[in-house]
Amino acid sequence: MHELGVTQNILAIALRHAEEAGATRITRLTLVVGELSSIVDDSVQFYWDLIANGTLAEGATLEFRRVPAMLRCNDCQHEFRMDYETFLCPRCGSSRVTVAGGEEFYLESIDVDLPAPV
Amino acid sequence: MPNIPVVETILNVNDQLAEKNRAIFDRAGLLALNVMASPGGGKTSVIARIIDTLRDEVRIGVMDGDIVALDLESFAAQGIPVSLINTGGNCHLDANMVHSALPTMNLDALDLLIIENVGNLICPAAFRLGSHLNVVIASVPEGADKPYKYPAMFRGADVLLLNKMDLAEYMDFDVDYFRHGVEVLNPGVAFFPVSCRTGEGLDAWHAWLRARLAEKIQARA
Repeated sequence: MHELGVTQNILAIALRHAEEAGATRITRLTLVVGELSSIVDDSVQFYWDLIANGTLAEGATLEFRRVPAMLRCNDCQHEFRMDYETFLCPRCGSSRVTVAGGEEFYLESIDVDLPAPV
Repeated sequence: MPNIPVVETILNVNDQLAEKNRAIFDRAGLLALNVMASPGGGKTSVIARIIDTLRDEVRIGVMDGDIVALDLESFAAQGIPVSLINTGGNCHLDANMVHSALPTMNLDALDLLIIENVGNLICPAAFRLGSHLNVVIASVPEGADKPYKYPAMFRGADVLLLNKMDLAEYMDFDVDYFRHGVEVLNPGVAFFPVSCRTGEGLDAWHAWLRARLAEKIQARA
């Protein structure tokens, strides 16, 4: 149920950009989804199929580009996958680490059909 | 096929309504707290302690996302304005539920509005309510690994209480391990180890809250 609100926003953003470009149809949306954003692809897809009907985006493919949750070591600058257990740098053992990725959630681009030139 | 770059952050429609709630709180000049914890983490006890300490200094109201009004009745009996938010058994509060309950309270007559969320460390983290401060309560019996398992909740906290500190010695609770997880996710977050049962640590937490209230009340003038 959490994904309905974001799916509505995805549709609104895509339609706005498509209309600005004078597109006749949206065929594909590329979404960047960080692991920490707790967005479930299948749920977005489920709501998408319901709410995109009857719009320029009807039948468009959703492509999800997942971004892993990453930590960065402040001492040796090593970047590594969050392990949900220690939050320690696997290379130098430092505890001075910060979140370096995985919270992204944005619409990267849309593929559209444009009207044939006259 | 033409590709149009967009690169626009996706918001939840909930966030837009949360902004409206925030504007309403700001117009009333009150400080709004969103209190989140696991079931049994101590939300109600923390709120009861705030009321005990601050009720003679500031005007407090409580909104509650519980299914039953049991806790609220004891607050109401002390003359605290209360409102039960109808969650229909949902796993979290959202901005719309809070918005719908706002007309039941006279916000202009409050300095502090405490919103008690549904007991859950996952879903409430994803739904802003428009409150000024996210108060997250962890408790010793839950274990020291909670920041590692529920990173979004701890990352979004503005202030973190670690409750039931009186049990720490019986539970082998590794405070350093807990704090390390918190510090990675949310560097510098205000942190108060407390026990609502013994009162340990509550003075520091209440002093911190009092300072936030003073800022709000000053901004009114």
